Amino acid sequence: MSAVAETLQSPACMTVKNLDFYYGKYKAIKNVNMEIAKNKVTAFIGPSGCGKSTLLRIFNRMFELYPEQRAEGEILLDGQNILTSKEDVSLVRAKIGMVFQKPTPFPMSIYDNIAFGIKLYEKLPKSELDDRVEWALTKTALWGEVKDKLQQSGMSLSGGQQQRLCIARGVAIKPEVLLLDEPTSALDPISTAKVEELVIELKRDYTVAIVTHNMQQAARVSDFTAYMYLGELIEFGETNQIFLKPKKQETEDYITGRFG
Amino acid sequence: MDDKPHLSTQFDAEINAVSTRVLEMGGQVESQLAQAIYSLRHLDVEAARTVLQVEKRVNQMEVDIDADITQIIAKRQPTARDLRLLVAISKAIANLERAGDEAARIARMARDIVESGTPMTIGISDLQHASDLAIEQMRKSLDAFARLDEKAAVDIVESDFRIDEEFDGFTRKVITYVMEDPRAISTMLDLMFVAKAIERIGDHAKNIAELVIYIVRGTDVRHNKEAFREVAGSLGSAL
Repeated sequence: MSAVAETLQSPACMTVKNLDFYYGKYKAIKNVNMEIAKNKVTAFIGPSGCGKSTLLRIFNRMFELYPEQRAEGEILLDGQNILTSKEDVSLVRAKIGMVFQKPTPFPMSIYDNIAFGIKLYEKLPKSELDDRVEWALTKTALWGEVKDKLQQSGMSLSGGQQQRLCIARGVAIKPEVLLLDEPTSALDPISTAKVEELVIELKRDYTVAIVTHNMQQAARVSDFTAYMYLGELIEFGETNQIFLKPKKQETEDYITGRFG
Repeated sequence: MDDKPHLSTQFDAEINAVSTRVLEMGGQVESQLAQAIYSLRHLDVEAARTVLQVEKRVNQMEVDIDADITQIIAKRQPTARDLRLLVAISKAIANLERAGDEAARIARMARDIVESGTPMTIGISDLQHASDLAIEQMRKSLDAFARLDEKAAVDIVESDFRIDEEFDGFTRKVITYVMEDPRAISTMLDLMFVAKAIERIGDHAKNIAELVIYIVRGTDVRHNKEAFREVAGSLGSAL
C-alpha cells in the first residue's frame, strides 16, 4: 500500500518519518510519513480505529505508560527525535501539550489548575505566576467568565468552560505544539464553537494537531487534513483541496459519507 | 451516477431526485428551442405560443430545483464530488433557464411577425444551420451531464466556435443585404436578434459542458483556456 509523503508549502514544526507503532504484536500505525506545519492547524480524520488518536498519543510519548506498546521510526521536533531522545518525558510533554476528549480539570481551584503545570517547569514569583495564569485564561477566552471566582473549584465550571480550562492549562506552559484529541465531542454546539474559535486563535502562537470525528469541524478549523484508515495515512494535503477535490477515491468515499 | 451509494440512502434519494428534475428541465428547454426555430421558419403562431407557455414552467423548475439544492446543502453539508455536483446543477439550471429565455425571444418574434402581417421574404434559411448546431450542442451537453461524460463535454466546448463562425458569417451576409436594399433594415435587425439568440444558446450549452468537467474532475475551466487545454490533453483530445 502506498504511504503518503507530502511536503507542505509551510515550514514544518514536526516531521514524522517511517513511523510504525505496535500494541503488543498488533501493528496500529503503518509507515506514516508527514510534516506538521508550524503555526497551522493539522486535522486528523478517519473512521474509529484508524489510528488517528494513537498517532496523537505517540506525538507526546503518552504510550510509554504502557510497557507492551512501542513506536519505531522518527518524530523530529527541533531536529531531535523525540522517540529516542534521552530527554525526560515530562520535558517532551512541556513542549507538546495535550487536551483530551473529556474535560479533565484537576480537583483544585481554577487558579491552581493553571498554576500547577507552570510550577512543574518554572519557578516564578507570585506576581509573575498571577500574570501567567491571567494570560493563559485570556488566551482561551475564559478570563472574563472566571476572573471573579479563581479560587472556586475547576469542577464547578460548565463542560465547555472546563474544556477551555484544560486548554488554558496546556497553553500556560507555553508548549510548541498543542495536541487536541476530540476536544469538543462532549460539548454542546455553543461551547464547540467557542473552542473552534480558540483553536484558530491559538495557531498564531502554537502549532495545533487535532483529532476529530466531526468532519465539518476539520473543514472549519484546519489548514491541513490527514485522512487515515487502518493505521495508514491515506491522504494528506491542504484542507481546502481535501474537501473539494481529494486525490484518492478512498478519501472521497469517506468524506462524502460513502464509507462502508 | 456510477458511485458507491451513500451510507444515508435518503441522501442518495435526494440527489437522484434533483438530478432527475434537471434532466426533465433540460428536456423542456430542448423542445422549446426546437419549437421556437420551427415557429420562426414556418411562421407558426401555435408553436410560438407553446414555447411561451413552457417558459413559465421552466422558470418555476429553476426556482424549485434551487430550493431543493439549498435544502440538501443545509441538511447534509455535502463535500467533494457531492458538493461540486450540487453547485454545478444550480449553475446549469440557470443556463438552461436562460437558453429557454432565448427560445422565448425567438418565439415572440415569430408571433409578432405573423400578427403584424409583414411579409418575411429573406434570411431565415440562412440561420437554419446555426440553429441546428445550437440545438445539437444543447442536446449533447445535457447528455454529457446525464452521463457525467467528461470526454463528450470537452468535445462540446471545442465545437462552440462553429456556432460563433456561423454567427460571424451571418452578420456579414446581413450587412450585404442591407447595403443592397436599405428598406430591409428593419427585418434584418430582427434577424440579427434571432442570430444573437442562437449564438447565446450555444454559449449556454458550452457553459453546461464546462460544468460537467468541474463535477467530474474538480477543475474549473471557465475563462481558463490553459486549464481547459490541460483537461482536453489528458483525455487525448486533438486540440
